[in-house]
Amino acid sequence: MKNINDKKQLLVSAIESGTVIDHIPAATLFKVIKILGLDKIKNQITFGTNLDSKTDGKKAIIKIAGKFFEDDDINRIALVAPNAKLNIIQDYKVTEKRVVEVPDTIIAIAKCMNPKCITNFEKVTTRFRVVSKKPVALKCQYCEKITDQERLEII
Amino acid sequence: MKTRSLVSIDDLTTEEIIKILDLAAEFEKNPVQDILRGKVVATLFFEPSTRTRLSFESAVNKLGGKVIGFTDSSNSSVTKGETLNDTIRTVNNYVDLIVMRHPIEGSARYASEIATVPVINAGDGANQHPTQTMLDLYSILKTQGTLDNLNICMVGDLKYGRTVHSLLMAMSRWKTSFNFVAPEELMMPDEYKLYLKNLGLEYYETIDLNEVINMTDIVYMTRVQRERFSDPMEYEKVKNAYVLQENMLAETKPGMKILHPLPRVNEISTDVDSNNKAYYFEQALNGVYTRQAIISTLLGLK
Ligand SMILES: [Zn+2]
Repeated sequence: MKNINDKKQLLVSAIESGTVIDHIPAATLFKVIKILGLDKIKNQITFGTNLDSKTDGKKAIIKIAGKFFEDDDINRIALVAPNAKLNIIQDYKVTEKRVVEVPDTIIAIAKCMNPKCITNFEKVTTRFRVVSKKPVALKCQYCEKITDQERLEII
Repeated sequence: MKTRSLVSIDDLTTEEIIKILDLAAEFEKNPVQDILRGKVVATLFFEPSTRTRLSFESAVNKLGGKVIGFTDSSNSSVTKGETLNDTIRTVNNYVDLIVMRHPIEGSARYASEIATVPVINAGDGANQHPTQTMLDLYSILKTQGTLDNLNICMVGDLKYGRTVHSLLMAMSRWKTSFNFVAPEELMMPDEYKLYLKNLGLEYYETIDLNEVINMTDIVYMTRVQRERFSDPMEYEKVKNAYVLQENMLAETKPGMKILHPLPRVNEISTDVDSNNKAYYFEQALNGVYTRQAIISTLLGLK
C-alpha cells in the first residue's frame, strides 16, 4: 500500500549519480533552471515543485543525472534560491552535501533597477559587485547604483 | 602599455590624484606645449554641455592636438538608431582619445570597455563627472595650499547634486570636515553621511548658511532648482535663503574661497564677483589645466 512518503519518493526518485538540488523556493524554480542552463543540456532531469516544506513554504527540487557543478556555477543560483542544498550522488548514495553562497560578483544574471542605466538601453552584459550578501545588495558596474533584494529581478 | 580611462574619480588612487594635480600646476605655468602634436581627440557630446566641451577643446588645442566630434547627437548617426557600441567602435578607429558626455548612466564605463583608446567621462547622466571633481580639488589645493584639515561648506541642492557627492567622496580621502547647508527637502542623502561617519570624518547639517559660513575654508555653492521640489510653495519659501550675498562675507576667514561648478543662475549675487573670495571664474580656468594633466597622463605623455 502506498503512503504519502512513497508519493514523495516518486517525485524525487533516486538517480545513480548526479546532483540533487533541494530547497529551491517553488516560485523561483524556473529561474534556477534558466540560470544553470538546464533547459539546454541533454542530461536526464526530473523536478518536482509546489512540494510542502517545513522551512520554506512551497519548495521545488531538481535532480540532474550525470551532472556535477563547480562552486562558481552553482553559486549563481544563490540570488534566487539562497537556501538551496545540494546532494552529490554517486552510486545511489549521497557522497557530499553542499550549500550555496552568494558570490562576490554577479555577471549576466540580475537586472539593474536603475531605468536610466546603460544596461537597460543597450545589449550590455550586466555586472554587479556584491556589497551585501544578506540581504543582497548589488552595485552596478556601470551606473554605480545599488539594486537591493526588494528590487532584484533576474534576467 | 595598458590603456587607462577615467570614468569615475574612484578609478584613481590618491597618489595618482596628487600626481595629476601637480601636473596641472605645471601646465598652469606653461599651458602651451606641443606634446599632442599629431594626436586627435574626439569630443562626443551626446547631450550639449558647451562649457565642458570648450574646456576640453581648449586643453587639447593648447597642447597642439586636433579635435573632432559632435556637440549633440540630434544631427548625427545616433538619432538614426546607431547603438553606443557601434558609435564608439567607429570613432575608436579615428582618434587617440575619446571624451564623451552622455545622458545615460554607465555609458562611459561601457564605452571604456569597448574602446581601445582611453575614454574620459565628461558626465554620464546623474552618475559621474570626474574631471569636474579634479578641477575642484585643484582649485581647493591651489587656494588653500593643502587638501588636509580643511572645512568645506556645501550649499544648495545636496540631494541631487552630482558634483557635491563626487567632491565629498574625493575629499573624504583627506581629513576634511563638512558643513551641509540645504533646505530640508534637499539635504545630503544618508548614504553619504554614513560613509563619512564610517571614516570618522565630521559633518554638520544646517538650513542656515550664516550659521557656518565664518568657520569654513571653502564655500561650494550649487543651484537650488524649482523642479526639485514636490511642493512649489516650499521652493518659494527657501529660494532666497540659499543665495550668497556680499554682506555675508564680512566675517569669513581671510583665505576663504567661493566655488561653483557654473553655470550660475542667481545663487551667487553678482556683487560677490568683485570680492577677492569669489573664485568660480578662476575655477573654470583651472579646468583647462586639470584636463591637460588628465589627457597627457592617460596618453602616457607625462
Ligand atoms: Zn546600472
